[in-house]
Amino acid sequence: MSNAAIGEGIGQPVRRKEDFRFITGNGHYTDDIARPRQTWAYFLRSPHAHAKIRGIDTKSAETAPGVVAIFTGKHVADDGLGGLICGWTVSSKDGTPMKVGPHPILAVDTVRYVGDHVAMVVAETLAEARSAAEMIDVDYETLPAAVALAACQSKDAPQVHPEAPRNTCFEWELGNKSETEAAFAKADRIVKLDLTNNRLIPNAMEPRAALGEYDKGTGTYTLHTTSQNPHVARLVLSAFVGVAPEHKLRVIAPDVGGGFGSKIFIYAEETACVWAAAKVGRPIKWTADRSEAFLSDAHGRDHLSHAELALDKNGKFLALRVKTVANLGAYLSTFSASVPTYLYGTLLSGQYDIPAIYVEVDGVYTHTAPVDAYRGAGRPEATYLVERIVETAARETGIDPAEIRRRNFIRSFPHQTPVIMAYDAGDYEASLDAAMKAADHKGFPARKAEAEKRGKLRGLGFSSYIEACGLAPSAAVGSLGAGVGLWESAEVRVNPTGNVEVLTGSHSHGQGHETTFAQLVASRLGIPMEQVEIVHGDTDKVQFGMGTYGSRSGAVGMSAIVKALDKIETKAKKIAAHLMEAAVEDIVFENGTFTVQGTDKTMPWAQLALSAYTAHGFPSAEIEPGLKEGAFYDPTNFTFPAGCHICEVEIDPDTGVTRIINFVAVDDFGTIINPMIVEGQVHGGIAQGIGQALLEHGVYDPESGQLITGSYMDYCMPRADDLPSFNLGFTKTVCPSNPLGMKGCGEAGAIASPPAIINAITDALGIRDIEMPATPARVWAAIQSRPRAAAE
Amino acid sequence: MPVVAMTVNGKPASADVEARTLLVHYIREQLGLTGTHVGCDTSQCGACVVHVDGRAVKSCAILAVQAEGAEIVTVEGLAKNGELHPVQQAFREHHGLQCGFCTPGMIMTAVDLIRRKPNLDEKTVREELEGNICRCTGYHNIVKAILAASQEMR
Repeated sequence: MSNAAIGEGIGQPVRRKEDFRFITGNGHYTDDIARPRQTWAYFLRSPHAHAKIRGIDTKSAETAPGVVAIFTGKHVADDGLGGLICGWTVSSKDGTPMKVGPHPILAVDTVRYVGDHVAMVVAETLAEARSAAEMIDVDYETLPAAVALAACQSKDAPQVHPEAPRNTCFEWELGNKSETEAAFAKADRIVKLDLTNNRLIPNAMEPRAALGEYDKGTGTYTLHTTSQNPHVARLVLSAFVGVAPEHKLRVIAPDVGGGFGSKIFIYAEETACVWAAAKVGRPIKWTADRSEAFLSDAHGRDHLSHAELALDKNGKFLALRVKTVANLGAYLSTFSASVPTYLYGTLLSGQYDIPAIYVEVDGVYTHTAPVDAYRGAGRPEATYLVERIVETAARETGIDPAEIRRRNFIRSFPHQTPVIMAYDAGDYEASLDAAMKAADHKGFPARKAEAEKRGKLRGLGFSSYIEACGLAPSAAVGSLGAGVGLWESAEVRVNPTGNVEVLTGSHSHGQGHETTFAQLVASRLGIPMEQVEIVHGDTDKVQFGMGTYGSRSGAVGMSAIVKALDKIETKAKKIAAHLMEAAVEDIVFENGTFTVQGTDKTMPWAQLALSAYTAHGFPSAEIEPGLKEGAFYDPTNFTFPAGCHICEVEIDPDTGVTRIINFVAVDDFGTIINPMIVEGQVHGGIAQGIGQALLEHGVYDPESGQLITGSYMDYCMPRADDLPSFNLGFTKTVCPSNPLGMKGCGEAGAIASPPAIINAITDALGIRDIEMPATPARVWAAIQSRPRAAAE
Repeated sequence: MPVVAMTVNGKPASADVEARTLLVHYIREQLGLTGTHVGCDTSQCGACVVHVDGRAVKSCAILAVQAEGAEIVTVEGLAKNGELHPVQQAFREHHGLQCGFCTPGMIMTAVDLIRRKPNLDEKTVREELEGNICRCTGYHNIVKAILAASQEMR
């Protein structure tokens, strides 16, 4: 169906404006850009998880063919450059701030993970840079490494940073300890569960890349890079690293091939490229190969948790207590401290009325790659814990899994949880009912029996999830330790011919903002979408913005656009009133036409736009020429997307292979602008969740700290034949805190799906738990170790 | 350095290349056709798929000199006379792409797949996409797009 047939209004599945360039090979990703006299960078990386650097000899490498320059940590330090920062400070229970070790751009005297940056070689070609790097002689004194998370806090464990004894960065807590203890003391039943949330490696298909340039004439730097938030990158590179003053640094994130969190962060390579461009006086290009991406992109998840749920005799939840050890890797990445704390502990109430919650999280350094936000960021870990222990409680009490959820759902709003969040709207039973219907829950016993006849094991698993998106009210995150505010900006520029440019601080790297945002603007102004251009990703064009992550671009980014459009309408009505000689209160703006109420006087949008710029006869004291308005929108609350996912699996007990028979997702995202794009977001999220549950695992050798899963031959990315088609549905409660009523949809699939899958597998096998990823080997082993009675 | 000559998107192309140059790097860097992407270094992801003499080939898995004399078609050469190929149309119509990075390889693979197996079903499409990784779409809409295109082209 063409867009002409379906219309372009809000709620229509408008086909994407950005697609033409991508399907014809005309996208502009960072690595596609080439500059005259461009050089190539290659980073020599540590082959050891932990070592002292006794010396680096670059002499013979410097004379290798094509070499332009070689930089080490000493050059960076001599130039006075600061290290990379963590933008969120978390404090421990005793009030002390987190213990932060330095994070140099190039290692100075110690390397702390395999892949840590030791030297940067700049050469005429990538092959020459790579060859020269092999000639650099680094004198390492290898040291024992702290790798296995469970052992890293022992007093004998090797230390990652001297600043953090026992590798403990923080010991954080949230909730009410004494109320929780009291509730446990009077509980009729306590359900306990130990859980591992497996380490994941994000793997956006476009590897990270950078093109650093320096203009000697003006003293300005330009960095093209694969960023989800170019303004934040510029701020960090200016204010903290000190590459260049903010007004002398332009950061451009052109087409970006997926992010999933991994491109939020400010990394060493991009920083080094823009810094060194001035040193060598030529542009420097760097593009990660996939092996480097595995080693050096920030990883995700990696928690060990113990959870206990207290219930009364009717299956009502009384309290939840949780102890989690979260892996931070070797250095704090840009937002890593916030992920296992404020993005995790605050969601532990799930969809349930739990009167008392207490959570402790130890953030722990290990000799592994930094761990930071990956699709969902803290919220998948919380949802996994809540939905796994709720399912376990259902099985231990003998209450039906749907029924135990119903008994505990929050049913009145606003609802203040014991862990900061104030849920504003939702209808959890509606999504559960819709999902059960779509999953043909009633027919499951018959399907299970039929599968049994074929020697197969069927299981059904629920996940009633909630997440907090629309990150976030600046005052709220500021009080919790964020170094930034999480508002968003927009500017609407109306041209004299009536077409419109909308500048947004959000950044699209697959989400389709150029379409969705244009849909909003076009329908508001009553003009065709083709007359609306969405501009993003360039700090010289967009004044400032916070970027795209945490499912924030709809709820926050589009709210900023609405605010700017409100101002446009206000001014345009003023102009219309003047031109049509009417009172401004009498001007109505509808379908692209200004009308004087109760008369036949009208003025089309394009004519008004032109008049705004000719400005003939404007009363200059009252109306300025031009039509351009900007806005900053700061949300007043988080948004709370929620829903229910149900997964049905069939397991072959001979091979341990799990097949997903049906995957149902019913989500409440509030208002949806473009259902086609929203469904696509859910599909992708579910696929990453299925990846976590069944396939993906970032594994380091516990002794050597070598990354064992460092390529697509070892790290199991979901392929098309690993996945089913998905069965989606929506319910709707409008978000009361933003003008469009939107909640956000980018992460729900990855947040909700893992527990649904593991609940289904444990249901099929009649076991308490199975570690993710539930590979055929693990499932087969679980089947073999089941008590005989259960197996038969 | 050896000279390599081939036809790319219907036009003759020849250049001096280092013997170790992969076809994908020749296409991207020497011919400036950056629609073909590099997403991995182990020939798994399929972002670099082009057609060599009408067959889908991972251009990171052959040397430029091995394509001597071959007819190469990249994603830039798929549309004819300004008219999108039905597979390109179907990817847009069915939202078979998000970030667009795997898309050129997916489309080139799909065109070859439909040529080889005109009567496709979902299972076959999913199995045949084994060599193309997408991180955004969960494949749902890619599969839908390929099935729709194969119907359209029947």
